[in-house]
Amino acid sequence: MGIVTAFAASHAPGITGWPENAPPDQAQRFLEGFKSLHGRLTSARPELLIVLTPEHWVNFFLNNMPAFCLGIGESFNGPIEETAWLKVPKATLPGAPRQARALFDAMSQEIDIAFSEELSLDHGAMVPLHFLTPQMNVPIIPIIMNCLTHPLPPLSRCYRLGQVLGDIVRGWPERVAIVATGGLSHWPGTPQAGKINVDFDRKFLQAMIEGATEEFTRYTDMEIESQAGPGAHEIRPWLAAAGAARNAKAEVITYEPVQAWATGCGLVAFDEFH
Amino acid sequence: MSLYFVQKLFYHLNVDPKAKKLFQTDPDALLADYRLTPQEIRAIKEADLAALYRMGVHPLLLRPFATLKGIGNADYRKALAGLAEGN
Repeated sequence: MGIVTAFAASHAPGITGWPENAPPDQAQRFLEGFKSLHGRLTSARPELLIVLTPEHWVNFFLNNMPAFCLGIGESFNGPIEETAWLKVPKATLPGAPRQARALFDAMSQEIDIAFSEELSLDHGAMVPLHFLTPQMNVPIIPIIMNCLTHPLPPLSRCYRLGQVLGDIVRGWPERVAIVATGGLSHWPGTPQAGKINVDFDRKFLQAMIEGATEEFTRYTDMEIESQAGPGAHEIRPWLAAAGAARNAKAEVITYEPVQAWATGCGLVAFDEFH
Repeated sequence: MSLYFVQKLFYHLNVDPKAKKLFQTDPDALLADYRLTPQEIRAIKEADLAALYRMGVHPLLLRPFATLKGIGNADYRKALAGLAEGN
């Protein structure tokens, strides 16, 4: 059956942790967007989720930082953050070890990806999944991407990873949904936290709409960081999703620059799978 | 300068509940496992966020450390106010 739907979503902890700090109409518009994606995902009846999500110092450290790591475990726990802070209940999500190993074998022909039987999920995966699959019962294959610390995997390789992933999964019998999480512009944990570059975000989303994200693979890390903050390195999973969707045009479900969540918050769905 | 070990400590506080518990009950015992300078030990024990940021601690290691120390969003912003973007 292959890919039945593909989304990309921001994952700021404030979305679940402190929604009340955002202007109510803005928070509501964003959360309505998640509701709409939940509806699409439910209709697509996925049997498996491939979740492309950034590393946030919960699986890897500077002694061993893979560019990409595919989770082949039986199950995954998350979120690692305290429930009182993130307000996402802790859960054990089923993995898909057989398909994950097959995916690893096939991807390894083109991409040098690491694997792990044990990965923790944090707000990066769990905030979007909290809205998309609140029962946390759809088996997942997480792919953790280093969007966190230099040297970062080149944006072009992240896009290529998505292309390889998409080409493989299209031939699978399972109904697979791809969920990419991260970004958009933000300066998390820095003195500039709260700053959002709406122009950058809109330009990126416009590229998603036009199926022209390859342009962004030519940005240097310095350009991304100076324009849209270190958090914008998390456009990597978005570019991977665009690659998996063969750069199909995307529909922007919502975009809200939410100051209280310190993040340009976007949600997109790829038309090809709608 | 042992920024690496300051960051390694913060990483362990993220991922290892035993380290987190020891940090809260007997921080000296935990800190002894890391190669830290007296200045770093002081900054960690006093949760001197500005000093830790200036040392080069990654913001996404500093933020959860601050949360562990009970420092909320507003106080975190206040502690770093005026510092140049450094990491």
